[in-house]
Amino acid sequence: MCVLLISGKSKEAEIKRINKELANIRSKFKGDKALDGYSKKKYVCKLLFIFLLGHDIDFGHMEAVNLLSSNRYTEKQIGYLFISVLVNSNSELIRLINNAIKNDLASRNPTFMGLALHCIANVGSREMAEAFAGEIPKILVAGDTMDSVKQSAALCLLRLYRTSPDLVPMGDWTSRVVHLLNDQHLGVVTAATSLITTLAQKNPEEFKTSVSLAVSRLSRIVTSASTDLQDYTYYFVPAPWLSVKLLRLLQCYPPPEDPAVRGRLTECLETILNKAQEPPKSKKVQHSNAKNAVLFEAISLIIHHDSEPNLLVRACNQLGQFLQHRETNLRYLALESMCTLASSEFSHEAVKTHIETVINALKTERDVSVRQRAVDLLYAMCDRSNAQQIVAEMLNYLETADYSIREEIVLKVAILAEKYAVDYTWYVDTILNLIRIAGDYVSEEVWYRVIQIVINRDDVQGYAAKTVFEALQAPACHENLVKVGGYILGEFGNLIAGDPRSSPLIQFNLLHSKFHLCSVPTRALLLSTYIKFVNLFPEIKTTIQDVLRSDSQLKNADVELQQRAVEYLRLSTIASTDILATVLEEMPPFPERESSILAKLKKKKGPGTVTDLEEIKKERSSDMNGSAEPTSVNASAVSTPSPSADLLGLGAAPLTNSAPPPSSSGSLLVDVFSDSASAVAPLAPGSDDNFARFVCKNNGVLFENQLLQIGLKSEFRQNLGRMFIFYGNKTSTQFLNFTPTVICSDDLHFLKQFLCLNLQTKPVDPTVDGGAQVQQVVNIECVSDFMEAPILNIQFRYGGTFQNLSVKLPITLNKFFQPTEMSSQDFFQRWKQLSNPKQEVQNIFKAKHPMDAEITKAKIIGFGSALLEEVDPNPANFVGAGIIHTKTTQIGCLLRLEPNLQAQMYRLTLRTSKEAVSQRLCELLSEQF
Amino acid sequence: GCLRQQTWKIHFILLFSRQGKLRLQKWYTTLPDKEKKKIIREIVQIILSRNQKTSSFVDWKDLKLVYKRYASLYFCCAIEDQDNELLTLEVVHRYVELLDRYFGNVCELDIIFNFEKAYFILDEFIIGGEVQETSKRSAVKAIEDSDMLQETVEEYMNKPAF
Repeated sequence: MCVLLISGKSKEAEIKRINKELANIRSKFKGDKALDGYSKKKYVCKLLFIFLLGHDIDFGHMEAVNLLSSNRYTEKQIGYLFISVLVNSNSELIRLINNAIKNDLASRNPTFMGLALHCIANVGSREMAEAFAGEIPKILVAGDTMDSVKQSAALCLLRLYRTSPDLVPMGDWTSRVVHLLNDQHLGVVTAATSLITTLAQKNPEEFKTSVSLAVSRLSRIVTSASTDLQDYTYYFVPAPWLSVKLLRLLQCYPPPEDPAVRGRLTECLETILNKAQEPPKSKKVQHSNAKNAVLFEAISLIIHHDSEPNLLVRACNQLGQFLQHRETNLRYLALESMCTLASSEFSHEAVKTHIETVINALKTERDVSVRQRAVDLLYAMCDRSNAQQIVAEMLNYLETADYSIREEIVLKVAILAEKYAVDYTWYVDTILNLIRIAGDYVSEEVWYRVIQIVINRDDVQGYAAKTVFEALQAPACHENLVKVGGYILGEFGNLIAGDPRSSPLIQFNLLHSKFHLCSVPTRALLLSTYIKFVNLFPEIKTTIQDVLRSDSQLKNADVELQQRAVEYLRLSTIASTDILATVLEEMPPFPERESSILAKLKKKKGPGTVTDLEEIKKERSSDMNGSAEPTSVNASAVSTPSPSADLLGLGAAPLTNSAPPPSSSGSLLVDVFSDSASAVAPLAPGSDDNFARFVCKNNGVLFENQLLQIGLKSEFRQNLGRMFIFYGNKTSTQFLNFTPTVICSDDLHFLKQFLCLNLQTKPVDPTVDGGAQVQQVVNIECVSDFMEAPILNIQFRYGGTFQNLSVKLPITLNKFFQPTEMSSQDFFQRWKQLSNPKQEVQNIFKAKHPMDAEITKAKIIGFGSALLEEVDPNPANFVGAGIIHTKTTQIGCLLRLEPNLQAQMYRLTLRTSKEAVSQRLCELLSEQF
Repeated sequence: GCLRQQTWKIHFILLFSRQGKLRLQKWYTTLPDKEKKKIIREIVQIILSRNQKTSSFVDWKDLKLVYKRYASLYFCCAIEDQDNELLTLEVVHRYVELLDRYFGNVCELDIIFNFEKAYFILDEFIIGGEVQETSKRSAVKAIEDSDMLQETVEEYMNKPAF
């Protein structure tokens, strides 16, 4: 059969052949004659083969399960293989499988026990963890368990611990597992070390004694002669796998406190470093790979401890040798490893001595993976002394860099140029070069940032204006340059207007010559530049007014452009010089804060990969104090980002006003038109996440940044509700002109006649003292069903700066739910009544959170509907019912949520009498799981 | 506390031919079938497009691919970014040695015709993405013992099914 399949001439022929084969197997399984074990095994094996060829298999599971209880090893083995490859969530089957496994575990036959343990580890599902997580530790530490079974049991337990840590009970067995590090059988030690390492990461205290045991084991291995360990010597390297695992276990802990243990470990590490200098015992690549694998792991441990300057420098020198090695793999790994070494204060200088080699790697390496590592290392080794050289080399490389890594290089250059700029003219030049060389890869963060810096530093403004003016002379310049140029000339064009070569009119004509080639947002920005010019250069006011007045502006099809042209033209006509000067004054300095570019790079690379020295120290000090894991995500719904979370760039909302110069409508005119809706700031980043948390609950922290915390308490009854908003001033300075405004999105669309949500608030005291909290009450009436949540806009002055931020207020349609209890019969009767396709909305989506039934129930109840037990024939499903109360009408709603644990998916179905309501409730609830 | 919170393990192992035909797949992370198929397609394409002089490591999403070619077959492991790349190359080599010892001069056809043996050998060597037994003798012995118990797979696979 196999031969035929493989040599099949065409795809069609193969499929035809397989269908015939499948039909045959099916008839054998269904036949009157009971199949003997041998035939069953044969057919199950064929099914497996067909599946592995990429075809779907939907039968044979039962026959495979039957094989599990066979007494013949090979039949059992095929049965287990089938189960491992084609697990099925069919609960009936899982019960049978678990039963067979239970029998094999109890069989005392080591080969059968091994098969059963392999199967548990291969499937690793929660059901299996529930059934066996208590049993396996006993097998692992029992005195009479065979070595090979112990090995399987250790790794099987590890697999279950990774998928369901809550189901693996800690207990007496843990101390006995630690002592397996002393076991005579190296295979057992190897397996146990993996298990202990993972357990120790989560429970460091409990496994602390493993440190000294691991050190002595390691010491015995590295000092052994190459033949001592017999089978565990790999190409003349003694037990490389065990060595690496022990070195990793040690990376779960700080350097040992006991001086004797610490001394012994240092000796081990020195021995490993020494061995790297010895001539190889074999020319085979396996020998050098295994030897260097241990060496690199030892270097990781040295870097992790970051406490022995001597070892760190030796490690650096060793890696330096590898940088020029003829093996590409070693060059790659040396660059990668040096990157972490560069962040240690003890070895930073030593790493820097290799700068020329690394730059050369950037130019000559033929493999993009290696060049990428070289860029990373240059970034890591950069400091004030070599920044100019490194930035210049990265810019050079950028011209020919692979497309896949360009954006990252742009971010890195931008960060380094800012961080190490002594002279800000160099910084401006660098960023403009970035735009010239790789304009398409220069993200908004980068060009926003250059503008922020120029605005905040008087000494560079004239230079910046001159430089952008010159750069704009190029016949084809990138649109990002037009944005930066437009913005900077609009603010500081006056600084170069004295030179007749860059007179106001020339500046204006230069910018306007690019106008027609630009996209709408850039054109909008340029219009703002023009109105700023009206203030800066009264002599060209009429020229600008002519442009604004032209049909292409005033009658522009784009609403945003048209509105700007109309408003700016009007402003330039009616406002006095004084008012113009006030309205269009220079942008105030931006508050200093973490560069948004750095945040972006962190997001791209993940926290921890873009750390610099100070951050590592901070991280470490919090670690030593035994605080909670710095990266733990707040499990409770209330989000209060801690400073350390902020440090890692994990989702703390930055100051809204320090967000880039907004280019949305009327942004330059916030103060003049502050009663118009267009002054509302864009939604604060991260506020959507917070908003989603409030769909199923009513109290908590809605928003928090460095200045302000907003808390909520609310209650709803039928179609009415009341919400208390608490504004906390987190600083020690007064907030002035504190003005929170609640805006229904309907207001924004000027559709008041269709107002669905009626909100009433009283103004709050415009002064909020440092450290004080003020409260505001919102009375809510739901007039009819609505989609958009209202916006809470807050404006105030803090220090000299104007703050303006917006968050979505979690008043959602489901808040007006009244739960309805009903029987199964009633439920399905109503369910059928709502069978019009427009009444049903369904969403199938991936689980974003662990699929826990209890949490799901709590969320459905929190959502507002009743949770109906024993209504759905499938007990794994959830159904709910309730009525949405509005002033004008009441809408009955039924919902059904079907989890699929296997696929980690949900299917949510909403049926209500109104399509829009089904749609909205489905949207809101889908976000919760 | 622990500074490093990653798990060191192999996420999956793929064996495929130079023509891109998948010969063996072993997953140590639970994923839906559709996702697996997508990953396989993507990785086979990435690896086949790399030329010979390059390193054996490729960054792929937040994982790292470590691969090596033996004759007509590529062996590829996906590991954590911080895991030990060189030792992973030797995991692959040890697996090839185990196959070699069992089949005697293993070739692609051995793995096609005796796929279940290739899986059994891998299971003896690696469980849940972690190396279980690094001694070649112990691992091969376990497989050979089982073969004593019944005739070879080829024999019954070659008997017609109808």
